[in-house]
Amino acid sequence: MSVLAYLIPVALFLGGISLIAFLWALRSGQYEDLDGAAQRILLDGEETGDKPAIR
Amino acid sequence: MSCCAPGSEDLALGLQAPPSDEEVAFAARDMGDGTRQVELSVPNVHCAACIHTVESALARLDTVERARVNLSSKRVSVRWRGDALPPIVSTLSSLGYPPHLFDDAQDGKDPVLSELLRAVAVSGFAAGNIMLLSVSVWSGAEGATRDLFHWVSALLALPALAVAGIIYYRSAWNALRHGRMNMDVPIAIGITMAYALSIYDTWHSGAHAYFDASVTLLFFLLIGRTLDHVMRNKARAAVANLARMAPRGALVLFDDGTRDYRPIGEVQPGTKLLVGAGERIPVDARVVHGASDIDCSLVNGESAPQPVAAGAEVHAGALNLTGPLTLEAVRAASSSFLAEMIRLMEATEGGRARYRRIADRVSAMYAPVVHLTALVAFIGWMLTGADWHQAITIAIAVLIITCPCALGLAVPMVQVVAARRLFENGIMVKDGSALERLAEADSAIFDKTGTLTLGQPRLTNMHEIPPRLLDVAQALASHSRHPLSQAIAQQARRSTSATFDDVSELPGFGMEARTGGIVWRLGRASWAASASEENGTVLTRNGDIVARFTFADEIRPGARSTIDTLKKRLRRVEMLSGDAEPACRQVAEELGFDHWRSNLLPADKVSRIEELSGNGHKVMMVGDGLNDAPALGAAHVSLAPASAADIGRNAADFVFLHGNLSAVTTAMDVALRAGQLIRQNLGIAIIYNLIAVPIAILGYVTPLVAAIAMSGSSILVISNALRLMRMGITEKRVAPKATKPATEPLRA
Repeated sequence: MSVLAYLIPVALFLGGISLIAFLWALRSGQYEDLDGAAQRILLDGEETGDKPAIR
Repeated sequence: MSCCAPGSEDLALGLQAPPSDEEVAFAARDMGDGTRQVELSVPNVHCAACIHTVESALARLDTVERARVNLSSKRVSVRWRGDALPPIVSTLSSLGYPPHLFDDAQDGKDPVLSELLRAVAVSGFAAGNIMLLSVSVWSGAEGATRDLFHWVSALLALPALAVAGIIYYRSAWNALRHGRMNMDVPIAIGITMAYALSIYDTWHSGAHAYFDASVTLLFFLLIGRTLDHVMRNKARAAVANLARMAPRGALVLFDDGTRDYRPIGEVQPGTKLLVGAGERIPVDARVVHGASDIDCSLVNGESAPQPVAAGAEVHAGALNLTGPLTLEAVRAASSSFLAEMIRLMEATEGGRARYRRIADRVSAMYAPVVHLTALVAFIGWMLTGADWHQAITIAIAVLIITCPCALGLAVPMVQVVAARRLFENGIMVKDGSALERLAEADSAIFDKTGTLTLGQPRLTNMHEIPPRLLDVAQALASHSRHPLSQAIAQQARRSTSATFDDVSELPGFGMEARTGGIVWRLGRASWAASASEENGTVLTRNGDIVARFTFADEIRPGARSTIDTLKKRLRRVEMLSGDAEPACRQVAEELGFDHWRSNLLPADKVSRIEELSGNGHKVMMVGDGLNDAPALGAAHVSLAPASAADIGRNAADFVFLHGNLSAVTTAMDVALRAGQLIRQNLGIAIIYNLIAVPIAILGYVTPLVAAIAMSGSSILVISNALRLMRMGITEKRVAPKATKPATEPLRA
């Protein structure tokens, strides 16, 4: 049963990391435009949101 | 953008010009670091190519720092350096994405949604891990291992209760403090008691702990709550994205000839204002200079545009159609017609204020019964000689197993699915109680202008006019914004060859053009053929009438069939209009209204609704104008088209974006079906409780049984709700008539 001493903390740690990752993504506004995110993958080239180099 | 069909939200834009640069600059926020930012709604943005076009075109403007499209909310936020506004509006309009300002208190972020998502994440994490440990306990972990698992579970459950539970504690406390009962009260009590008992048992190395039950319950309920919120938000944002109609400021003309854009609150009686063609009148005012035609359809329901000249009084909210006007404010904004309507709305207590939602009514009955049952179980077991720990365990098992879960999901899940169903059909619903109220409606009241009709005139005698003259009329009309001109220009739709040397518009009268020695005039008969005593619209050639045009307000598509259906289903269907009697009679006869009234003031509409409510009717009001807003507020449930005035849209429970009036029956169908499913779900929850409660009282409920019972009932309730997705809507939405090619994006 001593294996539990590793496994439980490991499981919780990994789960916790994904939880923190989600909360971070939420806070940085990545869930604010889901439709847009799905479409933006089709845009090639540099990110257009910030000032692009004039082509 | 050839790839994108323009949304029918365009209907709402109508004749209104895009916001002026002054208005946009006024709406901008100072970001503090020398930049300013504004958010504009761009309903025509539909795909990746649109995003690219808009963002790169805006970013190419000199002072623009950042332009970002949000496709979900169909908005673009633009940030620029310095005080001068870059030509955002003209750039977007020329690309075929006419922007407009929208009405939204919050700027993009939604704190409630963030809180809910955070709560779902935390409770999901806790529920998953606790379930993992619980499965080990159920499959036979014993002694120190079991205690360890229980302690870890207790630790995991704590943040879930703190972050996620707080939502329920807050809502439950709010309800209790106001002496009401809602679904969140039994939920809050259930999860807290379960947690406290489990901590006690874990402390004493007990065999059973209910951490999993209390956290999983939270997790499931939060999912339902979040979906509910997302759906409502989506609907609310779609409504908020519609063009703002009431101006927030006015172009003030000072005595020394300078002009400045000022917030509307600073406009005092006596202030001189400039209002261009295509703009709305900001406050009640008198015309000082200029002549124009005024469209009052949103204000008082009058369908025909009114000519105005110096000395005429105009109401706030009316649309200036043809010529620029210099006005002198008669009343400040706080006492103008719009403000009067808002006061009238506040004075009428709507039917919805007295309405209690089904879920609240059920929980008001359910909570005392459950808590009483738990108490009886506790006393019963004490009397039979059980120790108090066992008695409490059983009492709490009763609280948990009666499962606010199925009940808590029963209503919102159906409403989420219903709202989604309506959303797909272009109908936005404000909240769940609106669906319940719509299902109860037994009489309907319609406004005329803008609701039963499109508020746009249609040429009725086109076939009587010789093609050659129609060509001339169309060519003339295409130079004007006047609704009658636009009707001629759009309906004729010929490739006209007529060209003129000189075309001019005389606001309030009509169009004049010269070609060679001939003077063509299209407009008011008394002007075009100067000596004429006739009324109406004519085309004259050197002063002789050569063609007469007759117009009628176009009936909204689907109106006839909708009224027919409603007459069969409801006890009473009426039309109440502020327009003149002949116009009302014509529409009433065409649509088959048995009961109708004309020339009504806003207060008359309200009193008619109150009269009907007094006789036990549940009134559904469908209207769009400023003058309908109080009636929309007073009715049991209300619907408004997207083209409605701002306050009308805000007062209405449902807003339909498509031009077709069949939205009314569609909404009713969905609401009725949703009502059925809600009652079925409540039935399922009750049957489930009838089985589960005796088991709990007899003391056979272990955490495993509780987990299975709760998930089972939740899944049952959710799948029943999903049946709404498969419901066939009898009348498929007919594509709205393409009345607005003008707003179609111009190029790809």
